[in-house]
Amino acid sequence: MIREFTFIDFLYLLAATRWTLALTAVAFAGGGLVGLTVALLRVSALAPMRWLAGLYVLVVQGTPLLVWLFVFFFGLSIFGIAVSPWIAAAASFSIYAGAFLGEIWRGCLQAIPRTQWEAGGSLGLSFVQQLRYIIVPQALRLAIPPTVGFLVQLIKNTSLAAVIGFIELTREGQLTTASTFRPFTVYLTVAAIYFALCFPLTQWSRRLERRLHVAR
Amino acid sequence: MTYSFQFRDVFAAWDSLLDGLILTLELSLFTMVMGLLIGIAGASGRVYGPAWVRRPIAVYVEAIRNTPLIVQLFLIFFGLPSAGIKFDADTAAFVALSINLGAYSIEIVRAGLEAIPRSQIEAGQSLGLSGWQIFRYVIAFPALKMMYPSLASQFVLLMLATSVVSQISAQDLFHAASIIQSRTFRDFEVYAVVAAAYLALAMIFRLLFAGVYWLLFARR
Repeated sequence: MIREFTFIDFLYLLAATRWTLALTAVAFAGGGLVGLTVALLRVSALAPMRWLAGLYVLVVQGTPLLVWLFVFFFGLSIFGIAVSPWIAAAASFSIYAGAFLGEIWRGCLQAIPRTQWEAGGSLGLSFVQQLRYIIVPQALRLAIPPTVGFLVQLIKNTSLAAVIGFIELTREGQLTTASTFRPFTVYLTVAAIYFALCFPLTQWSRRLERRLHVAR
Repeated sequence: MTYSFQFRDVFAAWDSLLDGLILTLELSLFTMVMGLLIGIAGASGRVYGPAWVRRPIAVYVEAIRNTPLIVQLFLIFFGLPSAGIKFDADTAAFVALSINLGAYSIEIVRAGLEAIPRSQIEAGQSLGLSGWQIFRYVIAFPALKMMYPSLASQFVLLMLATSVVSQISAQDLFHAASIIQSRTFRDFEVYAVVAAAYLALAMIFRLLFAGVYWLLFARR
């Protein structure tokens, strides 16, 4: 039966937004771990480590996120592993976010002048100590605005999880459309909710960036 | 594990993969041209235009950049017909991708234009350059050089993002993969092949963009 798009549908959409946020949080945590590893490998002194991390970034940034979702969701079944949409989405988004965060953070690490590393070295600090006490504290300040900016990308991209049946905002929108047959209203509402999530973050990231430029 | 990989079934459907690849390429190229045009026109309006031009452009850019592409696509393909505007899947894909890339391009081009200091333009004037010369040598060329890397990487991201159009049944490379998957059940193989194809495309685009950069800027 076709029914109207009512306030209760809006509430359902809002309820599904939790899962958008939960997936974003999981992806950000997983991607953060991967990204940190990638960034550190990319600045490490061992060339093979740098190549390995570089290859990872090249492959992930050169393939669509959809492919990763499908490989995890459908592809792994051949190994006899049944993958739930949650696991497939969490894994795909961590891999994806890891490559992008890794590149962002590598840029921040490399923005710190070489002489800072050398100063640390001449004080007898080890590689890890140089990172811990000299490079990271300075790089962190640079890293915050683009990281917040990437968070917006991540929130938006979690919408792709809808295609493997992960119920979040976009999928809920599809389901609501199927029962109310009001695609224009429903998707406009969905877009508005995404906007309400992302716009404040975008503004925040921009403000942080401006402050950084003033400080320098 | 007893599974043996069989790529034969996937490659047997090479003609539908090729058709998909062609649509992916067409969509990418047309959208890049369109996105660049929107970017240049929009950014010029955003930077040099009067307030009644600047405001709507800013709203457009923020609305698009803060909502997912797939929702924009659904809105245009499934939503607009109820307002009497109907597209076939390929056209809807092209329209949605162009609107999306346009917003990102405007931001990139705007940043490039704004990075040219006023004093540079004044320096040009004091050297007696004409308005056109100032635009060409002082504004356009240095700004283009500055925005080029961001534009190039945005274009590669766009090419990868075209895979989303498969969700409105536009028959791109990813759509071809889904069809082969449902026919052969070689899930892993087909997505591995398609991933490799996208990776190759991304590398080719990056190489091309790097070549154009070298031709335009690096030699001088």
